[in-house]
Formats: sequence, structure tokens, C-alpha cells
Amino acid sequence: MMKTKKNPEMDMRTRIIWGAVLIAVGLLVLFLFAFSTEAGQMTKFGLNLSKGDAFVVPDLLLPTQPTNYLLALILVGVGAFQMARGVKSTGTLVAVLAFSFVMAFLVWAARDKSFSLVGMLSSSVVRATPIALAALCGVISERAGVTNIGIEGTMLFAAQVSVIVGTISGNLWVALLAAILTGGLVASLHAFLVIKFKVDQIISGTAVNILGAGVTSFVSSRFLEKNIDALNNSGTLPSISIPLLSKIPVIGPVLFENTPIVYLTIILVAVLHIVLFYTPWGLRTRAVGEHPKAADTLGVNVYLMRYVNVIFGGMFAGLGGAYFTIGSVGRFDEVMTAGKGFIGLAAMIFGKWTPIGAYTSSLIFGFADSLQVKLQILKVGIPPEFLLMAPYIVTMIVLTGVVGKAVAPAADGAPYEK
Amino acid sequence: MTDKTVKTTPSEKKDNKFDLRQIFEGSYNTLLPLLAIFTGLVIGAIVIAGTDATVIEAWKNFFQAPGAAFAAAWTSIATAYGALFGGSLGNPKEILAGIQAYFSTGDSAALLKSIYPISESLVTATPYIFAGLAVAVGFRCGLFNIGAEGQFFMGALGSVFVGYSLKGLPAIIHLPLALLGGIAAGALWGAIPGYLKAKFGAHEVVNTIMMNWIGFRLSDWLLNGPMKAPGYRPVTSAVSEAAELPRFFPDPLRLNWGFILALLVAWLIYWLLFKTTIGFEIRTVGANPDAAKYAGVNIVRNFVLAMVISGGLAGLSGASQVLGVDHWVGQGFSAGYGFDAIAIALLGKSHPLGVVLAALLFGVLRGGATRMQSMAGIPVDIISIIQGLVIIFVAAPGIIRWLYRIHPAKNKQALQSRG
Repeated sequence: MMKTKKNPEMDMRTRIIWGAVLIAVGLLVLFLFAFSTEAGQMTKFGLNLSKGDAFVVPDLLLPTQPTNYLLALILVGVGAFQMARGVKSTGTLVAVLAFSFVMAFLVWAARDKSFSLVGMLSSSVVRATPIALAALCGVISERAGVTNIGIEGTMLFAAQVSVIVGTISGNLWVALLAAILTGGLVASLHAFLVIKFKVDQIISGTAVNILGAGVTSFVSSRFLEKNIDALNNSGTLPSISIPLLSKIPVIGPVLFENTPIVYLTIILVAVLHIVLFYTPWGLRTRAVGEHPKAADTLGVNVYLMRYVNVIFGGMFAGLGGAYFTIGSVGRFDEVMTAGKGFIGLAAMIFGKWTPIGAYTSSLIFGFADSLQVKLQILKVGIPPEFLLMAPYIVTMIVLTGVVGKAVAPAADGAPYEK
Repeated sequence: MTDKTVKTTPSEKKDNKFDLRQIFEGSYNTLLPLLAIFTGLVIGAIVIAGTDATVIEAWKNFFQAPGAAFAAAWTSIATAYGALFGGSLGNPKEILAGIQAYFSTGDSAALLKSIYPISESLVTATPYIFAGLAVAVGFRCGLFNIGAEGQFFMGALGSVFVGYSLKGLPAIIHLPLALLGGIAAGALWGAIPGYLKAKFGAHEVVNTIMMNWIGFRLSDWLLNGPMKAPGYRPVTSAVSEAAELPRFFPDPLRLNWGFILALLVAWLIYWLLFKTTIGFEIRTVGANPDAAKYAGVNIVRNFVLAMVISGGLAGLSGASQVLGVDHWVGQGFSAGYGFDAIAIALLGKSHPLGVVLAALLFGVLRGGATRMQSMAGIPVDIISIIQGLVIIFVAAPGIIRWLYRIHPAKNKQALQSRG
């Protein structure tokens, strides 16, 4: 099933297929988007979030039809080049393909209308946050050799605890802390089951998910629904804009005007990257995930490393759970995570089990998610239900590994027996 | 304490000569699920009592009136579980009176009324049997099919479409066609993750969950668009009478041929898994894919086949619910059957007989849960909590052994699915 040998040069067949796909998509753009527009139409992309910015950049005004012709040409051109000569990196091909197609689609969908590009990028970053935190949870656990598919349930627990603590205490920072601790606690249950009792890791994760949905729904209908103001109305964390940086056009409103959870996530990505690849702790973690026996022989405490990493991972997931309640809407709804924990796992795989890769791929999922929302507003004639499927379909495509194969840590999912 | 029991596992591998402990082990294997269920119910009871306002009040005065505190807790638990089992099994006295009335006067009304709760439990157990078998077949091939929920939904839509769109066919043709429609839709929904797993090694757990969400969105669209019946509500038309699974009793009792079909299919799956080459290959792939590969078994084909069978069974589960009980499909049609099925397959140790028994248990629990909610005010989600706990206890026999101080001869891993 898994291809173990890796070709530096693409073989002939793959090369032709990629080229054909690019040309086909180029033609698709031509027929679907370019031909269905009229010569005079213009597309306006808004580049400012609010009118009060210090520097107002002019909006991007594109002629709809020529832009689409150009993008179709790029796709066909790159496709033809790929067929004839072959581009070395699949990543470049995917980037060209995805960028051109999405751009062409947006230009077409927003013809004769104004479309806030900055608004969409900004919401992509926000929507990527819980996915990224779930992915980071996956990265740190799986690097230590423990699969955690219970992230979804962990996030639900944390989301509910944080809203209740926040409403009762009136302090959202305490609520944030409570969410993180809850995440750690739930993860320690998973760790205990799979490390101590050697329960199958997938089964344990499933049990956590079922318990997460069950307990939070139970608490919700037994307590929260009757006492909304006393228990389920916490308000949301304030949006903090970073001085100076938030004034930069385009990038400023996208990156530097967000809730603390978004900043924390970006900081965590950097910290985790350094810890994982430049510290003894990280080396031990990876050793435990790749070859626990060897690590054990060298005196690394395999069980301890696994416990600590899984629990830290749970704390990330807890932070991700807090995003759903005190980070965005200020109340808890049953099963409000809607599969984000699992999408996070896909982001982890797509990001090749690295923190930075996981964050980047989370951004792609966040983009797909916010695209879907914006398109509903633009009324492009595609039923909203199909747009809602987009993130899930993207996940499945990513998991096929067509877009760059990733290899899991060798001892991932296997219990360690001394 | 627990270390000891867990760690003795590998050292006892040589223990293959006959001794008395092996006899104990047999009963231990059936004892374990029972203890797991029992422990789950006990913890469920603690949750029920612990979240009850009157019980909490009584326990605040524990040192003044300890008796009252225990009494309050007992009342709370007894009311809840009384409603649960009363709502699912009925009242034995009423059933006896009903039987007497039937034999003395020939009037069946009282009897039918008294067996209504049991009938409802069996009605609930029917889709559970199919869905539990679906997950079990996946497990046997080493695949974790969490997508039974989506496959259930697609199966329901497939069968309802065949059920209402065809007109004027005799039941003997229409009913099988409608069932097949459900099987085909579910099998398709299962085949996609199966193929992706086999071909690309894509994780079936994540993919089946993605297929669930895609299925939910697709059904939202179908119910609001192409398959919507005339009117305001997002529901399909009812299936024609020829496509319905016939019911055994007059109206309020909904027990139908779906239940018998479920038992037959369980037997069929038993035969397939344990008496045919196909089943042998599926189980070999599940036990050790590498060994299977070297023995010449086609892994790709078996992964896809297992997921097609699994998805088809889950689809049949949806079909049985539509054709036997509801006769039409609306939004939020599935009440989590696919997720419950995971617990059922685990509890039944992925054996068809075990699955049937576990499904009957969950039929009883779910059947009574609605009554418990209306009578005792306990949210139905308590069943999910009990379920999660049962999964943990079945998968971690060490906990149960530690709780009840059981020391079996051999520690058999409950069930392994590959990640």
C-alpha cells in the first residue's frame, strides 16, 4: 500500500498525467470562467478591512475576462511544459494549479462585484487556528509514537469547560487556563489507557470522542440549556491589535489584529519547531516515536516521554477547544467542533508531522473553509451544501498523498513493551 | 497492582499445557463484557445521581441526615433506571395479565399494549444489528469503519428513492429492489475510503469521518432539493406500500420483518467470515497484512471488498429503518446508529453472535432512554456516556480485572484494529 521507494525524478507516466491534469484544468477555466463573462466586466478585490486604516491601499481592480484568459494560458502553458520537459517538484505544480484555479474562480465569482480579499484572508487565519492546534496536538503525540484520534472529543470537553468557567468566574483568562488544563486531563486519560493498559490507540481515541460528545451533550441539556445566563454566556476574548504591525497594509489586518488564541498558536508553532528539532528533549521525543527500543537502551524513559508529550498535545487541543467558545461565539453548542479535530489530523499528515508544515496546511484548510462562507454571500449559484463539503473533500484529496507523500514516525500507534 | 496483571502477558506464552485455569478462561471471556456493561451502568448511575439537584441538596446535609442522602440518591437512580428498563422491557405483571386475558377472552388488546415496549426495543435493535455487523466486518479486516453513520444515511436515502420513485411493482420485486438500493448506496460510501486506503494508504478513520460529513451535507441538499416531497418540510415522499417491510402486529407496534432479516444476515455474515475462502482472506488480512501478502492474498482487493461489505451492511441498516419503521426520510434521520455500532462491534468482539446480543442490549438501552428522558428528565446522552465507558472497559480488560480482582490464566487482547 505504501510506496517505500522514492523517485527523485518523476517517472514518465506521472509526468504525463500531471501535465494532462494541468492542461485539463486550464481548459476548464477557459470554458467555465472565461467564456461565461463579458468583455467589459471588472472584478474588485478589497484590500482594506476598515476605512480607518492609517495607510489606505487602493483596491485591486481586475478586468474579469482577460484575467481568466491569462490564468487559463498559464495553466495550459505550465501543463505543456510539464509534459515536454517535466518540472522537478510536485509542490510547484500543485501551487500553480491551486493558485490559478482558485484565483480564476474568485475573479469569475466576484465579477461586477466587490470582494474583500483581506477579509477572506483574515478569516482564513482565524478559521485555521483550531485546525492548527489540533494538528499540533497530533504532531507532538505522534512524534512520540502515540496516535491520538480523540482530539475532537478533547476539544469538545475543553470548549465546554472554558465557557462554564468563563461565565461563572467572569474572567476569560481563567477560562482559557481551564480549557488548557481540561485538554491535558482528557489526554492523560488517553495516555493512561494506551501506555499503561496498552489499549488499541484508535479504540481509546474513539472512546474519548464518544465520551466527549456524550458528556458535553449531557451537561448541555441537563444544565446549560436551563441556565444560559448563569452558565453558558461567557463573552469572547478581546481582539488585540499589535501596535505598528497592525498598520501594515494587507498583512496588518490579516495577521496582527486577532484574538490571543491566534497569536498563541503562531508562537506555539515556532516554539514547538525549536523544541522538536533543536533540543535534547525533541531528539528524545522523536527517538521514542521512531525506535523506542533503541531509545530505551540509551536510557531514555519511553513511557515518561510518551506521557508528557501526549499530555502537552492535549493542552494544545484544549486551547483549540477554547477557540470554539470563548475565542469566537461565547457559548457552547452541542457537537460544535464539527470534525475540526479530524481535519487537524489531515493537516498534520499533509504537513509531514512538522509544526510549520502542519500550520501551513491548516491555513489551506482555513482558506477552504472561509472561501465557502464568502461564496455563499456572493451567491455564485452553487448550492451552499456543496460549498460546505469543500474542506472535507480537500482533506480526502490531501490524504491520498497525491500531493507529496508523507511518512509517519515508524513506531506511531504501536504500544511499547519493555 | 495493575502492572502485575498486564506484565505477566508475554511471560505466560509458554502456558499451553492443559490445566484448570483454561476452563476458567472460557467463562472469563463471557464474564468480561458483562462486567464491563455492569460497571458502565454503575458509573452511569453515579452520574445520574450526582447531577440531580435534589440529590445534591440532600448530600449537603450528609452529616445531619446520612440516611436521607442515600435515600435521595437511590430514588433518583431507581426512577431513572426504572423508567429506562420499564420503557424498554415493559411491566412483567401487565404482560402476564395480557396473556391471561388473551387466553381467557381471546382479546389481544391488553397483551399487545403490554408488549409494546419490548417491540420498540427490538425495532431499535434491528438497525443496530446491521450496523454492528458493518463495523465488525471492518474490524475483522483490520479496518476501522467510523463511517457507518454516513453509510447508514446514504443507505436510507438510496432505499427511500427506490421506494417512492417506482410505482405499481408487486412487493416481491419492489421490496428487494428498495433494499438493494440501500445496500448499493451504503456500499458506494464505504468503497471510496476502502479504495483510498488500499491504493494510497490513506487513513480510513479520517476518511470515513470525512465521508460522514460529506454525506450529511449531500443529504441536506437532496432533502431540500431533488428528493424533497411537495410541501414546506425538507422530507422525502413516503415509500409505496409494496416497498415496506411488513409488520407483524397492528399499528402502534412497529416490529417488522427487518428484525428477522437482521438475524438472517447475521448468520450469513458468520458463514461468510468463518466458512468461506473470502472470509478467511479478509480475516488473514486483518490479522497480519504482511503475512497475508506473502501468502499471495490480494490486500487491495480485500480492503475494498471488506469496506464494500461493511458499507453495504450499514446501508442495509438505514434501509431497514426506512422501509420497516419510518417509511420516509427527514433531516437528522439517523440518531447516531453508526457511532453506537462501534461500541456494539467491540462489545460483541466482532463476532456476529456477539454483535446480535450487544445490539439487543443497546436496543433496550436506547429504546428506554427516551422514556427516561421524559419521565425522569435524564438526557438521552447518558447512553453515550455509558457506551464510551463500556468501550474503554472492553478494550482495557486490565481495569475490569483490577476492579474485580480477577486473575485469569491468559490475558487475551480484546480486539485489535490497526491504526
